[in-house]
Amino acid sequence: MSAAQIEIQGVRKTFQDAGAPVVALTDIDLELRAGEFVCLLGPSGCGKSTLLNVIAGFLAPTAGQVRVDGRPVSAPGPDRGMVFQEYALFPWMTVEANIAFGLEIKGRPRAEIRDTVDRLLVMLRMEEFRARFPRELSGGMRQRVAIARVLALDSPILLMDEPFGALDALTRRTLQDELLRIWEELKKTVVFVTHSLEESIYLADRIVLMTYRPGTVKLDRLIRLPRMRDPASGEFNAIKKELGALLMAEQLRHVAAEFT
Amino acid sequence: MARTGVRLLRGVLVPLAALVIWQVLSARHVFNAQVLPSPLAVFSRWLAYLKPPDPFDPALMSRARWCLSGELIQDACGSLYRVLVGFLLGTGLALPLGLAMGYSRLCHALLDPLLQILRPIPPIAYIPLAILWFGLGNPPAFFLISLGAFFPVLVNTIAGVQNVDAIYLRVARNLGAGRATTFLRVILPAAAPYILAGARIGMGTAFIVVIVSEMIAVNNGLGYRILEAREYMWSDKIIAGMLTIGLLGLGIDTLMAALSRRMLRWHRGLE
Repeated sequence: MSAAQIEIQGVRKTFQDAGAPVVALTDIDLELRAGEFVCLLGPSGCGKSTLLNVIAGFLAPTAGQVRVDGRPVSAPGPDRGMVFQEYALFPWMTVEANIAFGLEIKGRPRAEIRDTVDRLLVMLRMEEFRARFPRELSGGMRQRVAIARVLALDSPILLMDEPFGALDALTRRTLQDELLRIWEELKKTVVFVTHSLEESIYLADRIVLMTYRPGTVKLDRLIRLPRMRDPASGEFNAIKKELGALLMAEQLRHVAAEFT
Repeated sequence: MARTGVRLLRGVLVPLAALVIWQVLSARHVFNAQVLPSPLAVFSRWLAYLKPPDPFDPALMSRARWCLSGELIQDACGSLYRVLVGFLLGTGLALPLGLAMGYSRLCHALLDPLLQILRPIPPIAYIPLAILWFGLGNPPAFFLISLGAFFPVLVNTIAGVQNVDAIYLRVARNLGAGRATTFLRVILPAAAPYILAGARIGMGTAFIVVIVSEMIAVNNGLGYRILEAREYMWSDKIIAGMLTIGLLGLGIDTLMAALSRRMLRWHRGLE
């Protein structure tokens, strides 16, 4: 079971930005195992979201390839459910309808859809809100629905693009805990993009720290602390200190590039 | 309850004052009654216009039909019927075309130049052709009214589809939606606020055009009636007809607004 589920081989991605090509990613080689919780960490502009989008199939790499379960990725698909920072719920659908949409696309029988939606509403504590529209929900609740929507697909891989970035600190912690609970229960592979060092240490089995432009892997480190982790503990802070110095160095490069 | 009363009062204050001033000035013969009749004269003419022309006779028709046999009701129904048919024709053509043009860049590139040339031509300018092509009666009216409704709906539908947030399309792809599903369940509802706004404008235009087209091509309807009244110098009837047009238009617009509010319950912009 330790075989790689997601293989990222020599991925390079350049964008044409006002004439001069920008190298967003280069020489990315990673193997992510099934069931692993991996955080892609780095400052803005390090290409972590670009890498996630390449894995999702929204962007094609300029060179190299991504393979999932041995098959090269060429397009987005429900085997790699994506959760976006801006929730991206369909505002014209109720909570229920949003969660059910993926299953309806798959053409599942109505009874099964109903069961799955009920189960997920319970799992994410959203039963009371099933008939609400997204605009009637808080940010935290919207993100729960977005998570439920991809969980409904029962995809083995969950791609999360700074999903809790827009939430207040307390809501964010609650959702982090809930995500960990769900991940432990469902054994999904999670690729989680964040620029928060603490969030990555709190959540991840493994942190991939990326360099500022061009994005490369600066550090690939396993986090072996038992869960639930205590952000105030000595071990937690030791890791924070170690990675913080590396992250800050990239942030300084980012700042330097922005102001010249 | 009391607040609704206050709001209502505030709403009718200025129209009421205008009526009073008008009536006072008319009573003092400031205006020639032939040119500008008093509001009371207009109102009594409006009642006469509304009333059934013949005394009730159960042998001829039912009481309900008799109640609706007044000239005003007949005219209003005729105008409404033309608006409805023309609006449905225009919208029925504009909606699919707008969806296609918003969705497909090629389709837009091919059709947009022609439509941009045709769009500034007011429907009124089509009157000679409408008569040449469709003769007199309802067909030219339908044609002109549908033209009036067509462009607002078309332009808004194109804008609505083009402005669908790209993230919804990404989510749809991620969830595995095919083209048809994406179109029907994502693009169409996402564009609905624009489309419905376009339909409301289109309905307004249709209402303007119906009055004009009745002045030239048919012999009933509110537009025909006020022109006919001019022939006899019945200025009170002209104004009664005009006010009826205003009220009917207001009613239609209120209905359209309520309909789109109902359909866009989910929409943020309506809070």
